Amino acid sequence: MADSINTPGKLADAADTEATLKLVGIKKSYKLGKSSEIEVLHGIDLVLGRGEFVALIGPSGSGKSTLLNLIGLLDKPSSGQLFLTGIATDNLDDRAITKLRSDAIGFVFQFHHLLPAFTAVENVMLPLLAKQGHPDDAMRSKAAELIDKVGLKALANNMANNLSGGQQQRVAIARSLIMQPALVLADEPSGNLDTKSADSVFDLMREVCDTSGTTFLIVTHDPRLAQRCDRIIELVDGRIASDRKNDHVLTQGDDSPVQTD
Amino acid sequence: MNDLAPFEWILAVRFMREGLLQTLFIIAGVALGVSVIVFMSALLTGLQSSLFSRTLDFQAQIIITAPEEVSRPLFMPDEGEIAATLIQPRAQRLRSVDQWQKVRAQIEKKTGVVVVTPVVSGAGFVIRADANRAVTIMGIEPETYLHLIALEDKIIAGSAEVGSNDIVMGIELAKDLGVSINDKINLQTASGTATTLKVLGIYDFGNKAANSRSIYVALRTAQSLLNLPGGATTLEVNVADPFAAELMAQSIQAQTGLKAESWITANEEFFTALSGQSFTFLVIRLFVGLTAALGIASVLVVSVVQKSKEIGILRATGTTRQQILRLFLTQGALFGLFGSLLGSGLGWAFLAAWRGFAKNPDGTLFFVIDFDPLLFLYAAIGAVLVGTLAAVFPAQRAARLDPAVAIRG
Repeated sequence: MADSINTPGKLADAADTEATLKLVGIKKSYKLGKSSEIEVLHGIDLVLGRGEFVALIGPSGSGKSTLLNLIGLLDKPSSGQLFLTGIATDNLDDRAITKLRSDAIGFVFQFHHLLPAFTAVENVMLPLLAKQGHPDDAMRSKAAELIDKVGLKALANNMANNLSGGQQQRVAIARSLIMQPALVLADEPSGNLDTKSADSVFDLMREVCDTSGTTFLIVTHDPRLAQRCDRIIELVDGRIASDRKNDHVLTQGDDSPVQTD
Repeated sequence: MNDLAPFEWILAVRFMREGLLQTLFIIAGVALGVSVIVFMSALLTGLQSSLFSRTLDFQAQIIITAPEEVSRPLFMPDEGEIAATLIQPRAQRLRSVDQWQKVRAQIEKKTGVVVVTPVVSGAGFVIRADANRAVTIMGIEPETYLHLIALEDKIIAGSAEVGSNDIVMGIELAKDLGVSINDKINLQTASGTATTLKVLGIYDFGNKAANSRSIYVALRTAQSLLNLPGGATTLEVNVADPFAAELMAQSIQAQTGLKAESWITANEEFFTALSGQSFTFLVIRLFVGLTAALGIASVLVVSVVQKSKEIGILRATGTTRQQILRLFLTQGALFGLFGSLLGSGLGWAFLAAWRGFAKNPDGTLFFVIDFDPLLFLYAAIGAVLVGTLAAVFPAQRAARLDPAVAIRG
């Protein structure tokens, strides 16, 4: 076990230059009132290579969501550098940030967050529609292909709020993939699902990762699901407490007891 | 999804459909505002044009007269001397416009002038048996005068085309004298000149005083009765745009040196009343527009709050701030557009209902209201602009939303 534990934040299979994501000394502080500040991330160094399937775990308040927002370019770090697909993001303006986020990152949220006024397939189309400005047949067929891939072909034209939680999460995964992003960020993607649906969603993400080479960073509280990832990063009090390869990756239908460090 | 529809349009329409009840309520609110504006605009335009026509149908837009005669002091003091003089204003005798034919030709050449006609007017008496009445004699040239005044429209018996031995009078005067068409009456002036004329026509201006005061005779008849051979006491002018009459009057006065008074100056109080009416209506329109704008803005502000998660998701999945801004501006414009379409229909229905019950006892309308399609177009453009402007603040608020905060809700 000791062999598999690495120096926090330094683990990467790929060379840094080819990294999908590279964080250097990332800190994040929030203002409390007018004079005081609270630092929630204390200098995170992290490299994620292409096609990695990584779990980000940690107790509540450890800074997971903050880190995910920074990596997703939804928020800006107080200091440090963030490289996404080799692009330094610290000096980009809002328009460039939006473009990079759209091109390089897919999001899967805990509460699915589909637009209820759109059908399943239309929800999948949205990121591409925002980029192109107008719908077209190529966009429709691409979205239909992804809906098919996540096993919802028969429900493609159902309104989003008529789908079950697991089905909505599958649509969200399809949506996160339509721009063929280098990195998918999943924030508790199975947190709102029953065990069977959660497993199914995880299997789907795993399959996409294996077949497309997309890097997945998945925040989860569920140790059983974390054990399904190749690499587990634990965040405690705004610092990476451990970053290790998972030598005993559980696969679909594997009921082995979960190993904890 | 239509391939031609832009992203923001698709989102705006879907969001509006999603909150259908909210959308219907705000569209109904805008529609009510637009219908009030359409209805009141048409009503006011109809009322004002009715008042204009009632005023202008029976008077010339510009009346040109000879300059007033003034008294001149007999003794003019030398330089350095002071003289106390008492100058009494001079009584104005009946005079002709000097060389009126030449002046008429000059005015007829001016752009915008529609008709110029000479009139000889003065005081007289009509006498029949023991009855006599004081009247204003109007000597006219029918071929031009009838283009100036809508006299023919008000003839209830006979004709207005007076010849040298004819007279046209009002219905009240005819009753007082007990005459009807083809009866003979005597017309006499204060100087004692008299003639016998045949009643050619009887008019009804809808006003008792007017119907008993003026009589119309041929220009030559009036000239000889009033001792103004070949003269014309006034030249009366109509122009293409009645509201340009004052400028035209000033121009004529400057060109000819004669006194030219427009109907605008002559009816100053009438114009003040109309201006007051227009201003009041403008204020009402502003308040109605403001109410509609506030309604749209408040619904959109609520919508931004309700949809903050969706906005966050859209921003996270690549939608730019500008697209979010345009999404809410489009929604505001659509509220205005749909509200104006529905409101125009409602306004039209109100006008139709008004036509149904706003009638005189004889069944004629109080005044004619035309459905001007341009009014509906202006209402639509106005409502879209108001809707778009009302959406600016909520749209900016939506565009500024921090996606991370919005997603967390």
